[in-house]
Amino acid sequence: MLLTKEQALARSAHSVGGPNETFVLNLGPQHPATHGVLRVKLTMDGEFVQRAEPVCGYIHRMHEKMGENRNYSQFLPNTSRLDYLSAMQYTHAWCGVVEKACKIEVPERAEYIRVITSELNRIASHLVGWGAWVMDLGGFTPILYAFDDREKILDLLEHICGARLTFCYYRFGGVVNDVDEYFLNGTREFVPYMRERMKMYKKLVTQNIILRKRIEGIGIITPDQCRRYGACGPVLRGSGIQHDVRRAEPYSIYHRFDYDIPVYHECDSMARYLVRMDEIEQSLRIIEQAVAKIPEGPFVHPKVPKVIKVPAGDYTFATEAGRGRFMVRLVSDGSDIPYRVKLRTPCLANLSLFEETSAGMLLPDALAHMGSLDLVIPDIDR
Amino acid sequence: MSAVIELLGQEPYWSFVRLALFLGGVAAFVGANAAYLVWVERKTAAYVQRRPGPMEVGPQGLIQPIADAVKLLSKQVLVPPEADGILFRLAPVLIMTPAMMCFVALPYGSALVPANLDLGLLALFAFASVNVMALMLGAWSSRNKFAIISAARVVSQNIAYEIPMLLTVVTTILMSGSMNLSTIVTQQGGWFWNWNIFQLHHNPLVWLSFLTFYICMLAETNRAPFDMAESESELVAGAFTEYAGMSFGVFFMAEYANIVIGCSLAVILFLGGWNCPIPLDILPSWLGWLSTGIGGALVGLGFFFAKLYALIFTVIWIRWTFPRTQFYGLLNLSWKILIPVALVTLWLTSFLVKVL
Repeated sequence: MLLTKEQALARSAHSVGGPNETFVLNLGPQHPATHGVLRVKLTMDGEFVQRAEPVCGYIHRMHEKMGENRNYSQFLPNTSRLDYLSAMQYTHAWCGVVEKACKIEVPERAEYIRVITSELNRIASHLVGWGAWVMDLGGFTPILYAFDDREKILDLLEHICGARLTFCYYRFGGVVNDVDEYFLNGTREFVPYMRERMKMYKKLVTQNIILRKRIEGIGIITPDQCRRYGACGPVLRGSGIQHDVRRAEPYSIYHRFDYDIPVYHECDSMARYLVRMDEIEQSLRIIEQAVAKIPEGPFVHPKVPKVIKVPAGDYTFATEAGRGRFMVRLVSDGSDIPYRVKLRTPCLANLSLFEETSAGMLLPDALAHMGSLDLVIPDIDR
Repeated sequence: MSAVIELLGQEPYWSFVRLALFLGGVAAFVGANAAYLVWVERKTAAYVQRRPGPMEVGPQGLIQPIADAVKLLSKQVLVPPEADGILFRLAPVLIMTPAMMCFVALPYGSALVPANLDLGLLALFAFASVNVMALMLGAWSSRNKFAIISAARVVSQNIAYEIPMLLTVVTTILMSGSMNLSTIVTQQGGWFWNWNIFQLHHNPLVWLSFLTFYICMLAETNRAPFDMAESESELVAGAFTEYAGMSFGVFFMAEYANIVIGCSLAVILFLGGWNCPIPLDILPSWLGWLSTGIGGALVGLGFFFAKLYALIFTVIWIRWTFPRTQFYGLLNLSWKILIPVALVTLWLTSFLVKVL
């Protein structure tokens, strides 16, 4: 017998509430907490998450395939569109792999500029991640404060490269424009300003009892889970593993600076939060030293060929981006177009943790946990 | 014309005229508050977040609430095909009506009471508790998973917070010995140390009672940091997910109306209602018009509103400062801290008032 709609609804209303009843909640692709087009299929038991299955692919743009049908210079802007919040480090990885393959020397001054801009970009990225996460937790004001500070960084970076988000500032063998006194002075002034702001954030947000209750002890990620899923960046360091590409696989001139790798052993969301806050302070330290020591000289290698042909071979280069280890693997057949480009992005690895670690959580806690992974959706899908 | 006015001034017509005046007044008060508290909220949020806020419509964006209302009114009322149409349409009515009813029992001045009920406090709480049912019905009838999760939260939250709130209210009833709101305010007349919040000899923990009442009021009106009903970063828009246009606007208005009621109650029960902090009869005789007649009523209204809006401002301030609490943290706060505190206060007060 066919049921009318009313009868079917009445029957289902009676059957709701059985002890083993679960329902599927579609979180996204449009949901305020996913900050982009991520979809998470949640199997819910009441308000408890039984299983959270991330569904990727809503913003897949085939960047890897694009890399295989355009030349090396043409692909450079693409890399800044993966994790748009860490564009500097991403373009650095692409420039790095080509420079490594073609053995292009990068002048001293360019390396210093790269370090300064990368670290400024890291601070901006962490500020956005921090603000957006606190907004997920229901506190609206911090993100606007964070944007206020980020604006100062963006103004500086805009001054030297014209872009404010998807920077394409690095070039093979250096950077596109030299930095001037305006930028360097602005950066010098920014460092003490940001340190003051960090003190304010600590008082206003980090020590807030409501925030601490929401993220302390929530979202435990064990070091073992990090190893299995290849987690990286602040997620890994929040689980007590001291791994940072800048130290583990040194690139550029990071070995010349004095800075610490913040590590917390609590493995919870608060640990990841504190890692990010400490990283901002460490980046400020690096910037301070780099700005003081920046030498005069050329900002780009004078003899970079117009058409780049990478010798046949297999090359990798990794950088520490805002969200963790970004690695480019480049396979070349000797032509001016890459044979294969593999982009290893941190957010995909960090998201893959989510299904295992979020099982059994309450919905708000699961979302707080997802915020602690600091996901950038275009970085997951590429 | 004058004959008509004279006729209306006589009983039984005067009762009807008075009723109509108060109904119009209450409706206008609720409407104006809902509209302009949104503006105040947006401007305060903007000030907290160091941005200008609404600036385009009118000077300082003062016409913005009217533009918003026109926009909401011009939108279609969408009823999702799976929803229970009757309940879905009924819920906004059910949430607004009791909120309006509450305003009838509130005394705004010594002569400005729409209905001077002997059990005014009881009537107020009876009406105010319908609010939960309306939210739940609206959420449940929209057949949306986010809304239903929110409905479950709202119900348990409101049950949890109704208890400590009523316990603190009983404490104040013991202190003033009446449930007539006008009587409660009149008793707090004179110097400001007659206000209930300074009546430490009746209830040494009265500051704690006030705090409990205030927290419960935040939770009852679903305001941040207890905005479990909406919690937009988790449940999209919670109970209001499926509501569009003015039906959403009505929920919004009811939220502000409930804040006004909650803060008015706090002012009446603890902060001396319309009373001036210093007694007006010590003023020199040429200022006598301030304590009698229309002048007295206006002064009373002024003090009532000053206290009311100062309290409402703190509600807005808190919203833009704190993140949202956890749901179980919220229930723990009520059952493990607020209810024991309220009970201890109640026992202490009844001992001090009735035994000693």
